[in-house]
Amino acid sequence: MKKHWHWRHLEETLARGLMLLSFAVVAVSLALILGTVMARGLPSLDWAMLTQSPKGGYYLGKEGGILNAILGSLYLAGGGTLLAFLFSLPLSLYLQTYVRRSSWGHFVRLGLDVLWGIPSIVYGAFGFMVMLAIGLRASLLGGVLVLALLEMPIMTRAMDEVLQMMPEELEQASLALGATRFETALRVVSRQMLPGILTAVLLAFGRGIGDAASVLFTAGYTDRLPTSLLRPAASLPLAVFFQLGTPYPEVQQRAYAAALILTVLVLIISLGSRWLAGRLGQFVVK
Amino acid sequence: MEPHIQVRNLSVWYEGGHLALREVTLDIPRRQITVIIGPSGCGKTTLLKSLNRFLELSDGTRLSGQVLIDGEDIYAPGVDVTEIRKKVGLLAQRPFPLPMSIYENVAYGLRIHRLKKGRELERAVRHYLEVAGLWEEVKDRLHQPASRLSIGQQQRLCLARGLAVEPEILLGDEVTSALDPISAQHIEKRLLELKQDYTIVLVTHILRQAKRLADYVVFMYMGEVIEAGPAAEVFVNPRQERTRAYLEGQF
Repeated sequence: MKKHWHWRHLEETLARGLMLLSFAVVAVSLALILGTVMARGLPSLDWAMLTQSPKGGYYLGKEGGILNAILGSLYLAGGGTLLAFLFSLPLSLYLQTYVRRSSWGHFVRLGLDVLWGIPSIVYGAFGFMVMLAIGLRASLLGGVLVLALLEMPIMTRAMDEVLQMMPEELEQASLALGATRFETALRVVSRQMLPGILTAVLLAFGRGIGDAASVLFTAGYTDRLPTSLLRPAASLPLAVFFQLGTPYPEVQQRAYAAALILTVLVLIISLGSRWLAGRLGQFVVK
Repeated sequence: MEPHIQVRNLSVWYEGGHLALREVTLDIPRRQITVIIGPSGCGKTTLLKSLNRFLELSDGTRLSGQVLIDGEDIYAPGVDVTEIRKKVGLLAQRPFPLPMSIYENVAYGLRIHRLKKGRELERAVRHYLEVAGLWEEVKDRLHQPASRLSIGQQQRLCLARGLAVEPEILLGDEVTSALDPISAQHIEKRLLELKQDYTIVLVTHILRQAKRLADYVVFMYMGEVIEAGPAAEVFVNPRQERTRAYLEGQF
């Protein structure tokens, strides 16, 4: 009896140890990444980087900043997310309301999951090919379209999961009071789902703003600020990529500063929407 | 007195052709508590849900016959289903507060039916919370999320919310089965008070609860109404053998 208990005790300690180890690996990697980016990026981070676009010779270590890439990334990911949202919301509602768990529903979900798994460079190549065919050059518009394509499966599946958590009784509670389906959707379902939908949008935005491969051919790169949908647009991931690729240490250091800006940008948006989701979520019924 | 609800030859089939109600004919008296009893799967809840047209929320349900409320068939073409559900309130088995504050939960129905606004709305919310016996417990936190209330309080909130749209009939589907004994007692007490103004139809599988509440009893078995009558008669002196067997606990 006592021996038996001993084994179980050991097992428990071992399991707990393994889980702690996993946590430690994740936490240390995160700390190392943030630490490296900060240690290398902070020294060369200055006001000019945030407020100026690259002047001549910037990539040789001369003056300027990466406002072009900051704005470009925000436009690209913002536009892509907005466009993806316009398709993802109806699509996830369709999945939830009409096809549910039918075989067609399974097929659509499988398709979305496959799309989710496709490497972004493939999206980039595909987008580039289509753009060639219709005569669209590398541009903000091209980047937005490809990012929307990249983000849509993620957003749709995330929303789909959220909508599946909607308790049927909640809808019935509203209908039982003599509400119409539209009133129920507008005043009850949307309130219940809003925090989850926000999270889905954020997840997709995070993937979009951090992606370099899909915008490489489709949005191109430029030192100018993005002013037109039909002109190329810079992006932060590519700014990091190009600057790291130069042989000059000070330019490489700026790459880390750009990475830091990208990280902080994502952090601000993620914390902000978490706060918002928390505020909206306090009324959610569990 | 004319019965408030008249069910005429009502049959209900669920998806796949399963017959849940067979030719049910029944009169439900006005301003009394009618309790539907019977073993599980006998069609109690189906009958209840036919009274506020909730059956049509499930796909593939078919129905024949009539349900008359104040002499009007609620299944007749052109009848506004939201009007029916406003008139016939439903208290569910498990309370489900809407994802909003305590105040807004009660105000919701008043707002969608445009019954009250401004000061009048505030007064009405207070009134129905009082009727449901919840006001004293929530008056200082009306704007907090309703989901933070205890489950017993949530059920009383659902009662207040249902009464706020000014129904004439109140349906209850095993309304105390998710509650602790004290909260259950609370709800029973409210129902006994409310029967002065409302026609109440309850489904329960707790025989003792049926005896405490019922003025009129309906016994169902295998989708049919076996016996219906005043509580004093049915409980003390059932006419049907199957009713007697059920009351003696033989099911």
